[in-house]
Amino acid sequence: MRLRPSSIAFVGIGLAAAGFAATFLDAALLRERGAPHLEARGTLAARLGLTDLALFTEARYTRHPSQADLHSAFQDHPVALEHFPTGSLLPPPAPLIAHYERLDRKTAAPD
Amino acid sequence: MNAWIEKQRHLIDFTLASLARRRTKNFGLLLVYTLLVFVLASVALYTHALRQEAAQVLKQSPEIILQRMVAGRHDLIPPGYIEKIGRIRGVQAIEGRLWGYYYDPVVKANYTFMAPAAEAVRPGTLTVGPAVARSRGLAPGNTISFRAYSGKLFSFTVAGVLPHSSELVSADLVLMSEADFRAFFAYPAGHHTDIALSVANPLEVRNVAAKLAAVLPDSRPILREEVLRTYASVFDWREGIVLALLSAAIFAFAILAWEKASGLSAEEKREIGILKAIGWETGDIIKMKLWEGGLISFTAFLVGFIAAYVQVFRFGAPLFEPVLKGWSVLYPRFELVPAIDSLQVATLFFFTVFPYMAAVLVPIWRAAITDPDAAMRS
Repeated sequence: MRLRPSSIAFVGIGLAAAGFAATFLDAALLRERGAPHLEARGTLAARLGLTDLALFTEARYTRHPSQADLHSAFQDHPVALEHFPTGSLLPPPAPLIAHYERLDRKTAAPD
Repeated sequence: MNAWIEKQRHLIDFTLASLARRRTKNFGLLLVYTLLVFVLASVALYTHALRQEAAQVLKQSPEIILQRMVAGRHDLIPPGYIEKIGRIRGVQAIEGRLWGYYYDPVVKANYTFMAPAAEAVRPGTLTVGPAVARSRGLAPGNTISFRAYSGKLFSFTVAGVLPHSSELVSADLVLMSEADFRAFFAYPAGHHTDIALSVANPLEVRNVAAKLAAVLPDSRPILREEVLRTYASVFDWREGIVLALLSAAIFAFAILAWEKASGLSAEEKREIGILKAIGWETGDIIKMKLWEGGLISFTAFLVGFIAAYVQVFRFGAPLFEPVLKGWSVLYPRFELVPAIDSLQVATLFFFTVFPYMAAVLVPIWRAAITDPDAAMRS
């Protein structure tokens, strides 16, 4: 018996949907397997008092972005490009690039 | 019900036969569509997992870190500060921390040297992070020398290597005893890098920070929630950067899909004309085209998402890893714990499947209501 195209399509989509559901199952399994490691990372962070991830180690303000001096990630200028590649992907703090109303235009006579 | 199902199946049979007639064109569209879902889903899955990881690990970091600022820069905590803080109500534990950076010219990488109060490291020995051990080829029992900033050479024995599973937070760590740390960096006695505080009542953290700022005006308290917010915004920003870079590709696909879905070819118009002439109703034609759009977009979404999941969580995201994680000389090797945000998946589904189906619908409705004779002649 020759299969109808719709049957083939349903089987294909059914398999893909099963695969989609399997990703959630697989994620749950991997989460369960990784839970002790995650716990260990948290415990180490608590024991040593770690505050940052060791992702970007080339400069102090990228190794510890949360502990860096105020403005140090953009130390040359609030919106200047960074010398290090990872720094160029950190946003400047929002208040630094907020636009305020220019008050100089409101003065009647120049100060 | 059976008759309805049978009718839909016939419509799908016809749709698939019609798609097969323009095999190359439709397969190309499906491929590009799948690729787009794959890229978007990879970025979303990866950044969400990284954000979750940072939040999970750093939720156990100190509640408040107190730095001293001198001329706008981080400076050492002099003796007497810890005693002053001890008098603030609500502070449960105070710990002066000792840590700093060391540039190793051998591998051209920065290490984080630390003298942990909670960990007993014997003088003359080190416990190193996994990435340090890898880059310098160290194993327990080996000896390693570092030239201090004073010019003096210090030799240490490696007592242990931190576990690989903790690499995300400990890749570049070098743990040493307090005496070694003070001697190596020529730290003045009684001084600390910063102070870690724990607060008894979590609701009091902000009040304690305000009191700290009042008692020690030259200090800068950094709250744990600020640390967590920093990481959330770093990965949001990275996700945004990747999406901004991909926006050209997304727009190109949108144009391609719109062109394919909304602009009917002469052949398709003729086909619709013939179908109407042999008795198909306008509703049937619309249903047929909806099936066509649905089959293509749904297949692309499912296949693209599965491929993205496998790429990110089973193969370690080789395609987007450098942009989303960042890079450096000492790079941690770690396996991300999968975290799938259902809302994110639903949003991806909505924005990839529905616009295509909507783009299919309008022109087909316009063509389906025209006179068959006119449709066939045009």
